[in-house]
Amino acid sequence: MTSQDMASETEAETDDDSLVTTDPGKGGLDENDDRGSVAQTGAGTVIESRDLDVFYGETQALQNIDLAIPENQVTAMIGPSGCGKSTFLRCINRMNDLIDIARVEGSLTFKGKNVYDTDVDPVALRRRIGMVFQHPNPFPKSIYDNVAYGLRIQDKTENMDEVVERSLKKAALWDEVSDRLDDSALDLSGGQQQRLCIARAIAVDPEVILMDEPASALDPIATSQIEDLIEELATEYTVVIVTHNMQQAARISDKTAVFLTGGELVEFDDTDKIFENPESQRVEDYITGKFG
Amino acid sequence: MSSEGQTPDLSGDRGFRSVRESAYKYALAGCAVLSVLTTVSIIAVLVLDASQFFAEYPILEFLTGTEFSPNLEPVSFGVLPLILGTLLITFGAALIALPIGVLTAIYLSEYASKRTRSVLKPMLEVLAGVPTVVYGYFAIVYITPALNAAIGVLNGALGTEISRLGLFNGLSASVVVGIMIIPMVSSISEDAMNSVPDSLRQAGYGLGATKFNVSVTIVVPAAVSGIASSFILAISRAIGETMAVVLAAGSQPPDIPPVQQAFGVPYVAPTDILSLFTESSATMTVAMIDIASGDISGGSTAYKSLFAIGLTLFVITLAMNVVSDLVARRYREEYE
Repeated sequence: MTSQDMASETEAETDDDSLVTTDPGKGGLDENDDRGSVAQTGAGTVIESRDLDVFYGETQALQNIDLAIPENQVTAMIGPSGCGKSTFLRCINRMNDLIDIARVEGSLTFKGKNVYDTDVDPVALRRRIGMVFQHPNPFPKSIYDNVAYGLRIQDKTENMDEVVERSLKKAALWDEVSDRLDDSALDLSGGQQQRLCIARAIAVDPEVILMDEPASALDPIATSQIEDLIEELATEYTVVIVTHNMQQAARISDKTAVFLTGGELVEFDDTDKIFENPESQRVEDYITGKFG
Repeated sequence: MSSEGQTPDLSGDRGFRSVRESAYKYALAGCAVLSVLTTVSIIAVLVLDASQFFAEYPILEFLTGTEFSPNLEPVSFGVLPLILGTLLITFGAALIALPIGVLTAIYLSEYASKRTRSVLKPMLEVLAGVPTVVYGYFAIVYITPALNAAIGVLNGALGTEISRLGLFNGLSASVVVGIMIIPMVSSISEDAMNSVPDSLRQAGYGLGATKFNVSVTIVVPAAVSGIASSFILAISRAIGETMAVVLAAGSQPPDIPPVQQAFGVPYVAPTDILSLFTESSATMTVAMIDIASGDISGGSTAYKSLFAIGLTLFVITLAMNVVSDLVARRYREEYE
């Protein structure tokens, strides 16, 4: 598939909740299909990439990535700058489609369905895979409207007050903002803004939450709040987090993927194993701070 | 090499440099003062000459008079018909330019590829560089006949009885001024939309928003101060536009339509409003041109009325600018 195809896919609009626009029955992602796809991709795997290559123009950003992300766990991606960990994250919900020169080869499946198939609508995909960004990016709207945004565009406006409240509680922000939901989100502190962005992401009830260095712009206290929150979220959601901070990965993740320069996935295993007894010498060197 | 007890010589050629520096300063300040002085003296002349006019002609009659005929005895200088003509054409132009301009800006900023934008945007801006007199002829030669044909079709199809447009009419002037200010709206609005941080768009896409969702519910609200400024600048331009209007709408001030009463509620018949557009509709600027280029002697009341009208126009556009400033300030910090 060329990047042009993908770009036109991005522009396709749908109000349909199914990921597949043309024929939801065929290899689709409806609930009945889950069991089959799980069996096919190994127990509890939600996202799986095979031979995934990503190019930005002529530059290859990811090489032959094979990775299986387990359900309801925190999977961390660590590695030095420019190693492609964020690129991988953005492949999962096809945010790379927004970059004209990005080109993806190989397969990346979400519950057994290749998200790069031509019949996949990225809009529908992103409604099931939420995202939290590096810098808090609340909309210049009220706190309430920020959380309600996803609900409104997805026409899920039933019991909206309740859903907003529940989402803010899950994001551990409710107690701080319950009496000023109509205030601008921009009046919140950085850490509060980031928790608001998390509340906004979970309000639409996604299955997976992608986090791109969600605490890197925050102070230590706000960071530890976000980390507690991530562990909390993993009971209900599959969390994939990119981080620069190795201690953070060690603290909060169940699985860790180590990417090294050149867009290579060097090692992927249980977090304890990676940090205590990595297979690869390069990973050990990176983790012990010998480079990177 | 620094020898003991000797401080280094850091004086440079201080004397000459300080003279040169202050020369620069005064030259630059002079330029700045020049433009301020010009503005102030124009305002002073306007106010002074206008006050002479008001000494000869009561200000209340000027502001509330419904007849403007500076050349026919008995002369009358009611400014209301001119304000009506200005509002009419400005309103019609805004009706065309604001929606088209904003939609164009959304297209350019959110939908168009880099290449399309690099072709379209300069072309739109060329539209702003066409001399307004050309727009005026365009209105007479093409727009009025085209509108007449459209009215003919409409009357035939719906059985309405909309009268044909005169050679000079408010409608074609509205259309042509509208076309003229589209680039202003689209260009400034597009700049405002472009400066909306990409992180907000990403947040929207990440939540499963479509491109249209992102454009309408994220980008436009975040750019609203810039869009409002573009509206006000464009409307100010429409208010002050002269050349295209005098050619398209003629120099006959519109008749103020009679205000009627229905159940105690005053209203103006829609047909009367419609006929305002089909007939000649001189604006304040057109009346000024008409007086200035006509056969009047300096110092006459008609001559002085020019300044009174000019002052009125100045007050209106000044008010618009103040409002635009307030609007821009009100929303400035939106996403910072």
